[in-house]
Amino acid sequence: MAELRYSEEHEWVRVEGDIAVIGISDYAQEQLGDVVFVELPERGRSVARGEEAAVVESVKAASEVYAPVSGEVVEVNEPLADDPGLVNREPTAGGWFIKVRMADLGEVEALLDQTAYDNFVSTL
Amino acid sequence: MSDPETAAAKTTPLTGLHRELGARMAPFAGYDMPIRYAGGIIEEHLHTRSAASLFDVSHMGQLTIRGDDRARALEALVPGDIQGLVPGGMRYTMLTDEAGGILDDLIVTDVGPYLFVVANAACKEADIAHIRAALPAGCALDELDRGLVALQGPKAAAALAALAPGAEALPFMTAAPFEIDGVRLAIMRSGYTGEDGFEISIPADDTERIARMLLDLPEVELAGLGARDTLRLEAGLCLYGQDIDRTTTPVEGGLAWTVGKRRRAEGGFPGAGVILDQIASGPPRRRVGIRPDGRAPARAHTPVREVGGEAVGEITSGGFGPSVGGPVAMGYVAAGAGEAGRAVEVVVRDKPLPARIATLPFVRHRYFKGKGG
Repeated sequence: MAELRYSEEHEWVRVEGDIAVIGISDYAQEQLGDVVFVELPERGRSVARGEEAAVVESVKAASEVYAPVSGEVVEVNEPLADDPGLVNREPTAGGWFIKVRMADLGEVEALLDQTAYDNFVSTL
Repeated sequence: MSDPETAAAKTTPLTGLHRELGARMAPFAGYDMPIRYAGGIIEEHLHTRSAASLFDVSHMGQLTIRGDDRARALEALVPGDIQGLVPGGMRYTMLTDEAGGILDDLIVTDVGPYLFVVANAACKEADIAHIRAALPAGCALDELDRGLVALQGPKAAAALAALAPGAEALPFMTAAPFEIDGVRLAIMRSGYTGEDGFEISIPADDTERIARMLLDLPEVELAGLGARDTLRLEAGLCLYGQDIDRTTTPVEGGLAWTVGKRRRAEGGFPGAGVILDQIASGPPRRRVGIRPDGRAPARAHTPVREVGGEAVGEITSGGFGPSVGGPVAMGYVAAGAGEAGRAVEVVVRDKPLPARIATLPFVRHRYFKGKGG
């Protein structure tokens, strides 16, 4: 499986061809606690890097999820509607949020690799 | 030397225990408090409804009022019947202002020689000044330096009976002195989860030892303020500063039941004109339960409107109810718009979502009313 790249807002990206699979990091789900609702965008919507693309709600609060790369939303993770706890149980696998057809593959290069993200999280 | 960062957050007698046991801490009303432990809010919530949980509520104010005229003096500030209390009896009441608004909600216990008052952490300094200013000569208010823990859940009584035999027989809203392992403490049959349970006031230096003894009981697990909030929301209980405050009256808040017959007849508390008029003629708005149809939580400050249009109110507390298995909320709606079952819309992130007015509580109260009761 391809390596994950991360934003400093705690989203991850896994590149599959020109598709970016996007979710939130294990650190983020641990900070949020029990996820009870995920609001996903419409398929076909264009998202710009840094734009709010989804909302994740824990028992305590609602948090925005920002698109770490720009492009068109081509798929959303439908099972999250009935089982939002997937985000806690499998944050970087079955708990993915959206798939985006990237407009600029170079944007991924600006994201953190696993080591850099781990170092970033350790400073928080 | 004082570090402003650490000086800002006050601790409780159990802060060290929380950290040792892996609590996620956050500031609450000026205190460094446990929000959740390793299991998470949903697990702690469900454990409380099925077994028993221990909550640290030591941030709350514990006050005594002494003096011959203490009950009459306190009645000048609250609409509750304090003079009618017998030793061991407890009352839920509130400090009101001249406009009928709520300054704080309180639990008042008649200990016998004095009144014992539990006040909200965020309000206690103001409450102390407010009450002291009104006390006549011969009455005195003191703040106690004690720990306060809540043991809540259907197995709380059986668990506590192992350490304090007889506590299991106390009816809801009564209190008595007990001794555990040589420590004299006050046990109250009360709480804020909707479940049977106890609140235990313990000398500060002994609080951690008693808490560890309670946690050693097989039924008992720790729960944080996160679970306390979801439990009280499902139980339809108000959080001061959110569901009730200076802009809401006890009648609007659905708390007219706390104003007894004698107080209704006699008045003599701040805001009595407004409050008694609202009891007689109905308030302009009232607190109701709101149940979103879908899965999206509708949180505090979410607008509530008629289907397709007109604003009728606002949510004051809302989120996910673990025992309900979906979103639950409470808030204020205009008189005439609050009957149970009525379809409304809650506007979440600019999108109107279908919801219904619901009867509170969302989860039935299971208080212990006494043997055979």
